Amino acid sequence: MTWNELLPLVFMGVMGWALLAYVVLDGYDLGVGILLPLGSDEEKDVMISSIGPFWDANETWLVLGIGVLLIAFPLAHGIVLSALYLPVAIMLIGLTLRGVSFDFRVKARAARKHLWNRLFWLGSLMAAVAQGWMLGSYLTGFDNGAWSLLFSLGIAVTLPTAYCMLGAGWLIMKTWDELQLKAVGWARTALWPMGVALVGISLATPMVSQNVFDRWFAMPQIIGLLPIPVACAVAFFAALQVVSKPKAIAAGYGWVVFASTVLIFVLSFLGLAYSIYPYIVVDRLTVWQAAAAHESLVFIFVGVAITLPAIIVYTIFMYRVFWGRASALSYGLADDK
Amino acid sequence: MDALLLSRIQFAANISFHILFPTINIALCWFLVYFRLRHTAAKGTPKAQEWEEAYFLWTKVFALSFAIGVVSGITMSFQFGTNWPGFMEKAGNIAGPLLGYEVLTAFFLEATFLGIMLFGRGRVSDRVHLLATLMVAAGTTLSAFWILSLNSWMQTPTGYTIIDGRFHATSWLEVIFNPSFPYRLAHKLLASTLTASFLIAGLSAWQLLRDTANKGTRRALTAGVVAAAIAIPLQIFAGDQHGLNTLEHQPAKIAAIEGIWHTEKGAPLTLFGWPNEKEGRTDYAIQIPKLASLILAHDMEAELKGIDAFPNAHPPVAPVFWSFRAMVGMGVLMLLVSWSSAWTLWRGRRLTANAGPMPLLLSRWQLRLLAAMTFSGWVATLAGWWVTEIGRQPFLVYGLLRTADLVAVHPPAMVLSTLIAYLVVYAGLLLAYVGVLMYMAQHPAKPTPEAPFSPKAATPIGGPA
Repeated sequence: MTWNELLPLVFMGVMGWALLAYVVLDGYDLGVGILLPLGSDEEKDVMISSIGPFWDANETWLVLGIGVLLIAFPLAHGIVLSALYLPVAIMLIGLTLRGVSFDFRVKARAARKHLWNRLFWLGSLMAAVAQGWMLGSYLTGFDNGAWSLLFSLGIAVTLPTAYCMLGAGWLIMKTWDELQLKAVGWARTALWPMGVALVGISLATPMVSQNVFDRWFAMPQIIGLLPIPVACAVAFFAALQVVSKPKAIAAGYGWVVFASTVLIFVLSFLGLAYSIYPYIVVDRLTVWQAAAAHESLVFIFVGVAITLPAIIVYTIFMYRVFWGRASALSYGLADDK
Repeated sequence: MDALLLSRIQFAANISFHILFPTINIALCWFLVYFRLRHTAAKGTPKAQEWEEAYFLWTKVFALSFAIGVVSGITMSFQFGTNWPGFMEKAGNIAGPLLGYEVLTAFFLEATFLGIMLFGRGRVSDRVHLLATLMVAAGTTLSAFWILSLNSWMQTPTGYTIIDGRFHATSWLEVIFNPSFPYRLAHKLLASTLTASFLIAGLSAWQLLRDTANKGTRRALTAGVVAAAIAIPLQIFAGDQHGLNTLEHQPAKIAAIEGIWHTEKGAPLTLFGWPNEKEGRTDYAIQIPKLASLILAHDMEAELKGIDAFPNAHPPVAPVFWSFRAMVGMGVLMLLVSWSSAWTLWRGRRLTANAGPMPLLLSRWQLRLLAAMTFSGWVATLAGWWVTEIGRQPFLVYGLLRTADLVAVHPPAMVLSTLIAYLVVYAGLLLAYVGVLMYMAQHPAKPTPEAPFSPKAATPIGGPA
């Protein structure tokens, strides 16, 4: 494979990485947003505190993902985004509402706090549902047939559930006492619907796309692919064990819930990537057909090679600074209360 | 209305809304760095608390503005694709990498270190916190660098060749440092300085008038006034230079700005008037003979090209003409207000050198004037952007790609529905933003008292708190 052919694949990888990072990272804070109404007033503050320092950087992965689509695959960028016009607009308004509510709820007069809390929840839900719909629509190649729409609807309902699972897993790690117990309960509630829905989607995807069917159900690929569903099942039951045994949480295994959910996300993502490759617009445009000019890819590749590792390093640094249980957010010098 | 016009209004609304917040924050973050440095330098004296309170209030403003800037910026990055797919198809090879560098070098830097800057003061050392604040400031400024480079390239494209209708870069240096870029960057950074300065000075003045000042208010007021007084003459100079650069590269824009309809020698400067697009003249014009030629070409008899020299390739005159006058008018007001306030402060500077609390030197009417000018930077910035963005119509990439050829074909009703949704959200947010700004100024929550730095013991995920 020549350098000319390789670069588009590299950028496909970067885009995949960015979108995966986005779904996992913003997934947990969107999940916390969707779960927000279930907490008491004080618990709401703790829930928001647990995502406070992170949400902004988390959302930047979406900008990078969509940015790489635009930079590396300008032809696909237009096709994909114009086909997803309405869900994109709904997602953007959702992200706008939650992004600003996060700040307004503590800065506006106290009487308005409920309104901003509600908008935070609404925005999180809108964004999650719209993203699910977009994924479904993307996978069906923007088909508008009844089955395709039903498929998109299925993912639109599933993704928020999976985000709730991530959010609950996050809260189990970042909170304590009553709120932590509540979060375990939320995880218990969300786990089965998420599992069933994921199995349903996995079975439906080969049905809506012949290509996907051929890729998965052929020898010997099916044997090589077997670890994906098996590992998903193991992760699912690990999470199930922990959420149904209070002792496991007390013994410090709360992180298993979050880690298992992340693992399921990563594996589902790999499965999807395998299903779609080498298309960037399903069954229409391959990564090579949609790729930007070689000199543009080289120019931006230099930037990616230098900055992406740096971004990962300082992101890890930031997570280390805020490691441990959430504390009240304060701009001041004083230690957290 | 057709999808083209609706898409244009939608993008204009989005970009106009978005630009308000980065314009505040690019410079505000450097103000915060300055407040932090003064706070550190004054450690152990009563002044430290004053700088701390100034830092605290304006950090809240920064955080709020940043959040709105981020979410409206995300919206913009998607609208390139949803509404202007033709632009990315044709110019993506150039626009893509510039936007990519903005995301990679600026967005992650500011968004990641913002968490530490806002919420990490009790968790990291003073030095690391200052470093995080610097990173955020550097990130916002770098972001301006890249996005203005792209915008300038769209106005004055260089370093490219066109193959099969698509742009290809031949020299990235020429693409990035295209002819209008240095002028636009300087003009924008100074605009941001002025916007933040007048916001700080204005809101502080309002706090003093309403008797809701905190200990840092007078420090912030002085910093805002002094920065504005220094920046405004620089801005007038930069703006003039930018105008000369525009005359060289985009003469049709200048013709619209000056309301010059026909190419003429010794063109007069039109101060005011009513551009009459149909008849191709300015009604009720108040003019100074030969001054436009003198200002723009430094020669009273120089020939200036008029609108008629650019058939089918010139912008609508009235909006450019009016926006330009609004911008210049605001600039003159800024000059008068900041210099008169700075003069008063300068004359009383001996009083402020004492160790005691800062005396209030400005009179009530001076404070009222400053308070009235709180959002003057927004007005001037928006007017300026409209001049340059409407002024390059009917092109997206000047002289090469027409706006009308690049729009997505959507049912107008669909674009109208999202446009209305965006407008409702933006109007609500703008009201809420200004309301909360005033609320915060009236109820300046005290920062928690200074505590010795105590690093948190790190607890592993899932371990005991």
